[in-house]
Amino acid sequence: MTSLIWLAIALPLASAAILLCLGRRADAWGHWMGVAASGGAFLVGLGALIELLGKAAEDRAVDTTLYTFIPGGDLHVDVGLLADPLSITFVLLITFVGTLIHVYSVAYMEHDPDRRRFFAYLNLFVAAMLLLVLADSYLLLFVGWEGVGLASYLLIGFWNQKREYATAANKAFFVNRVGDIGLIIAMGLMFTSFGALDFATVAEQAPSATTAQLTAIGLMLLVAACGKSAQFPLQSWLGDAMAGPTPVSALIHAATMVTAGVYLIVRSAPIFDGAPDARVVVAAVGAMTLLLGAFIGMAKDDIKKALAASTMSQIGYMMLAAGLGPIGYAFAIFHLVTHGFFKAGMFLGAGSVMHGMKDQVDMRRFGALRGAMIVTWVTFGLGWLAILGIPPFSGYFSKDKIIEAAFVGEGWQPWVFGGAALIGAGLTAFYMSRLFFMTFHGKARWTDDQHPHESPALMTVPMIILAVGSAFLGLFLAVGDRFTHWLEPVTGHAEHHDPVLPIPVLIAATLTLVVIGAGIAWVKYGRADVPEEAPAASLATLTARNDFFQDSVNRAVFQRPGQHLTRTLVYLDAAVVDGAVNKQARGWAGLGEASRRLQNGQVRTYAATMLVGLVILAAVIVVGGL
Amino acid sequence: MNAINFVYLAAILFSIGSAAVLLRRNAIVAFMGVELMLNAANLALVAFSRLHGQLDGQIMAFFVMVVAAAEVVVGLAIIIAVFRARQTISLDEPAELKG
Repeated sequence: MTSLIWLAIALPLASAAILLCLGRRADAWGHWMGVAASGGAFLVGLGALIELLGKAAEDRAVDTTLYTFIPGGDLHVDVGLLADPLSITFVLLITFVGTLIHVYSVAYMEHDPDRRRFFAYLNLFVAAMLLLVLADSYLLLFVGWEGVGLASYLLIGFWNQKREYATAANKAFFVNRVGDIGLIIAMGLMFTSFGALDFATVAEQAPSATTAQLTAIGLMLLVAACGKSAQFPLQSWLGDAMAGPTPVSALIHAATMVTAGVYLIVRSAPIFDGAPDARVVVAAVGAMTLLLGAFIGMAKDDIKKALAASTMSQIGYMMLAAGLGPIGYAFAIFHLVTHGFFKAGMFLGAGSVMHGMKDQVDMRRFGALRGAMIVTWVTFGLGWLAILGIPPFSGYFSKDKIIEAAFVGEGWQPWVFGGAALIGAGLTAFYMSRLFFMTFHGKARWTDDQHPHESPALMTVPMIILAVGSAFLGLFLAVGDRFTHWLEPVTGHAEHHDPVLPIPVLIAATLTLVVIGAGIAWVKYGRADVPEEAPAASLATLTARNDFFQDSVNRAVFQRPGQHLTRTLVYLDAAVVDGAVNKQARGWAGLGEASRRLQNGQVRTYAATMLVGLVILAAVIVVGGL
Repeated sequence: MNAINFVYLAAILFSIGSAAVLLRRNAIVAFMGVELMLNAANLALVAFSRLHGQLDGQIMAFFVMVVAAAEVVVGLAIIIAVFRARQTISLDEPAELKG
């Protein structure tokens, strides 16, 4: 099946094209075709997995060249698809979670007149995302990278009749462009350093490049990853991206697209292996975003924005792990997979809650939904336990490994990165429990016209499947380090290092912080009454509630100076460059105007002029004695 | 009689002719002024010829007469053409070449 892996991309792409071209004629059955295309891609991925599992570990990388993309002089790029453990892991995650979310959307978008268009975009996204992870060169990856950006833009702005939603889509697009510039520069640097853009050549040549080259490429790749994965300082778009329909938030802005940055870093392992400084920066960015997202999540009352902040924070964990180098790559991807399940499940749960509460998103108007929505409560609860990292749920196996890995090292790094990861676990427990208790427990704070009800089976079944994954996938993949061994051909074998603190101590500390965090949340938001209006808050809370004033900072630091700069340049262009030309032209025009008046058409004036000229000439001759 | 007086007379005739060209609107009268100026020049040429005792000036005067005859033909033809087109021979009327 690895030779047919292109089908996984072609199926959803063809479906998207058909749905968009047929228009309203496909309204009746279009959504089921979308589901089928995504499901078909999953089957292709499954076939590839089975084939790879049948091979020896070192042979598990099948590169299929489809055709030549750019046959130009020094730069020769083929369109080739690389099926190896890393890409197949992503293919399965994307298509499996994607298909479930497609099914969910059939019911969730049932009353939307544009459901067919929605499925066309979802299919487009799946195709682009699969291209991103299956590409065997950075340039082809970039095609998918831009494709998911486009799909994300289209889906965030799906309800673009609302002005602020359209603005949110634009914002996501613009911030992503900043990251894209990083990827373009990284590709340029790679081309000058290695003369090629495919993963195999880059990996082969990277050890012979200088550290400075590798560090520059690594930092530019990090900029790209920051844009796509909403990492500091390009994190500002993710919260607003929640304007899209909830299944979009689950698929694109939680499970798959936003993790593309982590994929890029792990895929570029050969570059980061030679650039320890760039790796430290990656880890620092991850640690910072992890805490930033957690603080924002603690203050948000909008259930989707709280989940978005949580996504940011969890991707921070993945970035931190990826920045740790070979000991962290596998855990970054492990956490990415489990996070894909439990976060998508929780987003679908949030969608189910909104579905039953007339699109209410303010958690202060939820409460006591446990009774009304049993299935949602249970599935969300499993996701909640998973993200908290309670054993034996998925998050425990992935997140605790990251915390352990973060404590490995020498000097200040293990203490700073490990400390951030450890504190982050406690904060995560607090804000996720706050979200969970505010939504499902406590007293009902519904508005009068709300009658919460459980969602239809088309929505609950995907939630149940994802909840099962949230619960047991981590355990299944962690037994005997199955997942780590599976990824070894790509991430390399990591020697076991002992953390600076004994592992049992770390596990105990993590679990203690988690229990304390959840306990505080229970006391404040589960047992006690939650006010329906957000109470006046301290400066710290206000800061977190306003996303650390990221928009104001961006405006003050980038937008305003940028505007001033462009205005100055426009002025200089008008005054100096155009000005010189225009002034000169005006001078000649004035001269012409003046001489024009001499030509008045009067014959006698001409005659008089001639006479005067003649007299002057005669006078000159006579007086000058010539 | 001193030949220099002919030169003075030529200067006076030239001034009268140029005044007629510049001050009169009627094309025929202006044309007559032009003829007067030409003949004033002829008179001056002949006078200088006499003063210097050379024939060059007189030869030049014959040339001027020939050219003046040709100029009259062309000039009157133009005046008639202008009159046919505009029913006037005022020199101020045609001003199409005004810039």
